[in-house]
Amino acid sequence: MKTLYDKIWESHVVAYESEKVALLYVDLHLIHEVTTPQAYDGLMKRGRKIRRTDLTIGTLDHSVPTKDTLIEDEFAAKQVQVFRENCNKFGVKFFDLGTQNQGIVHVFAPEMGLVQPGMIIVCGDSHTSTHGAFGALSFGIGTSEVEQVLATQCIRQIKSKNLLIKVEKRLSNSVTAKDLILFVIGRIGTEGASGYVVEYDGEAIRNLSMEGRMTVCNMSIEAGARAGLISPDEVTFEYLKDRAYSPKGKTWDLALKFWEDLKSDSDKAFDVVLSFDASEIEPQVTWGTTPAMVTAVNGFVPDPSEAKNDLEKSSYERALRYMGLEPMQKITSIKIDRAFIGSCTNSRIEDLRMAAKVVKGYRVNPKVKAMVVPGSQTVKRQAEAEGLARIFVEAGFEWRNPGCSMCIAMNDDRLLPLERCASTSNRNFEGRQGRGGRTHLASPAMVAAAAIAGHFVDVRDWRFR
Amino acid sequence: MEKFIEHRGKTVALFQPNIDTDQILPKQFLKRIEKTGFGDFLFYDWRFDENGNQNKEFVLNQPQFKHASILLAGKNFGSGSSREHAVWALRDYGFRVVIAPSFGEIFYNNCFNVGLLPINLPEKTVEELVRKNEEIQNYELVVSLLKKKVSDDFGLSIDFEIEDFRREKLLNGWDDIDMILRFEKEIRNYEKKRPAWMPKV
Ligand code: SF4
Repeated sequence: MKTLYDKIWESHVVAYESEKVALLYVDLHLIHEVTTPQAYDGLMKRGRKIRRTDLTIGTLDHSVPTKDTLIEDEFAAKQVQVFRENCNKFGVKFFDLGTQNQGIVHVFAPEMGLVQPGMIIVCGDSHTSTHGAFGALSFGIGTSEVEQVLATQCIRQIKSKNLLIKVEKRLSNSVTAKDLILFVIGRIGTEGASGYVVEYDGEAIRNLSMEGRMTVCNMSIEAGARAGLISPDEVTFEYLKDRAYSPKGKTWDLALKFWEDLKSDSDKAFDVVLSFDASEIEPQVTWGTTPAMVTAVNGFVPDPSEAKNDLEKSSYERALRYMGLEPMQKITSIKIDRAFIGSCTNSRIEDLRMAAKVVKGYRVNPKVKAMVVPGSQTVKRQAEAEGLARIFVEAGFEWRNPGCSMCIAMNDDRLLPLERCASTSNRNFEGRQGRGGRTHLASPAMVAAAAIAGHFVDVRDWRFR
Repeated sequence: MEKFIEHRGKTVALFQPNIDTDQILPKQFLKRIEKTGFGDFLFYDWRFDENGNQNKEFVLNQPQFKHASILLAGKNFGSGSSREHAVWALRDYGFRVVIAPSFGEIFYNNCFNVGLLPINLPEKTVEELVRKNEEIQNYELVVSLLKKKVSDDFGLSIDFEIEDFRREKLLNGWDDIDMILRFEKEIRNYEKKRPAWMPKV
């Protein structure tokens, strides 16, 4: 009995260095400007080449501006320029600013059909877990490992354990993949999946679109998982059909045959199985400084004095101090200054459709500054063609160019100290969106509704216009 | 990479859970293209105020913890972003060892590529070390990777576990690329039988 993870692992072992350490072959290496300069440097210092430029592809996303393509920040400009030069020198294909496929690394690759079931994909970025949505084993690596993969196309790994997260039954209306994964992280904690590769299954997972599945797998890392996986099915194949890099004709049939067999043999193949009931999940909002500090929109900020132990109590107190919240404050009473719709978690076309549906016919609250940053040029074009961009702009949102933007705030898109933001991104860590800034994570629909109301509201009660 | 065999050094404690790599090295310094010089920016938003002045209360700024090289941290240390810059910053600042009940997995991995030794010890044990660090002035530990032991001058001696391949790598200062390239023949064989439908760019 084997899990999907076991199977992908076995099919990629180049050699065992020792009983525990395997050398795995990497099918696709995604790169971006932030975690590569030192890796390229290492290659050059030792006179090494890139083994497979045909399995390596890059983009500019983290430190790029989203207003126009002119980079004012001297360091960012240098980093971007060095990335261009290195890619050109080594013959690596990449998507430059303003070109038609540029976007966040975890958005452009799937939409071009580069992510296919059964592959191993790595990237110097923790949210590489996103690509597990296709049944591809995908994980983040450090810069030294980026250099290793560039030089050898292989990575040394020891095997993780297998965790199955089953989400049974159906999600209620207006409850999304984002709420599902925030809920799960809230239950299992920031270390709940440490040491594991997580596979997600169950009716609620099967009912998700590829966009929703990517949102779920994307946040696996916030529970400490090595990777997240969803076995491929009709939804996956439908999505992949006719994408730029998807197999065509006879090769498609060949691939499909292989993909259809990619699933875990039985629940019994897992070390641990956790089950959740999707019908219990309500729209989620984080109140603290880890994604596990989360509750339902109709809930309350917790009271630290009711924490399980001293350590939890002090970390709750610290979080509330940083977030400027009171114990037992109602979530819906939290007023926001900013709203951010974007990031590799929630900037795909479906996310923008959900948000636009809420926004249509409304205006952004005058006290709120709101922006939408599509995940890629492709998403941007599509949203413009579908009229979503117009809905946002007419409501008072800023409509930006693709990039990581205020998910990480490496460019000018950032919170001022004490500013409070409803955000569709994945990390509410201290200072993540700007020093002293306060982040509440939620779904695109919930963030859109908060932007209009000026505070959090239950999107299930929304009056769509 | 610099070898790690044994190290004696002063301890400092940051004993709170979930210190993520965004705190260890804030994003504004990720635009640098070098591997060095990150020590000045370690825990930047905690060490310095908005105007760049030292925050006197922060433990690394207290004179008695100057030149500490062993960090005692809470669980899930180094979670979050994969940025190896966080490890470069700790190392560049002067840390050689981090002791915590658990680590973010990518961070843990990265440590071994930079020559920083992460040690997993049970929460209770770390707590005890933190207490000693508070009570004893200039508290020092001796960390032996060779013997897989943490000890002090007051009779404490704790064994720790670490996978052999990671230990060997640090003990010898090995470079992964050289190690992988020993398998050149196997890599070439593997490449011959890769499925044809997989994408090439
Ligand atoms: S959008 Fe945010 S989480 Fe995603 S790759 Fe960019 S910085 Fe990382």
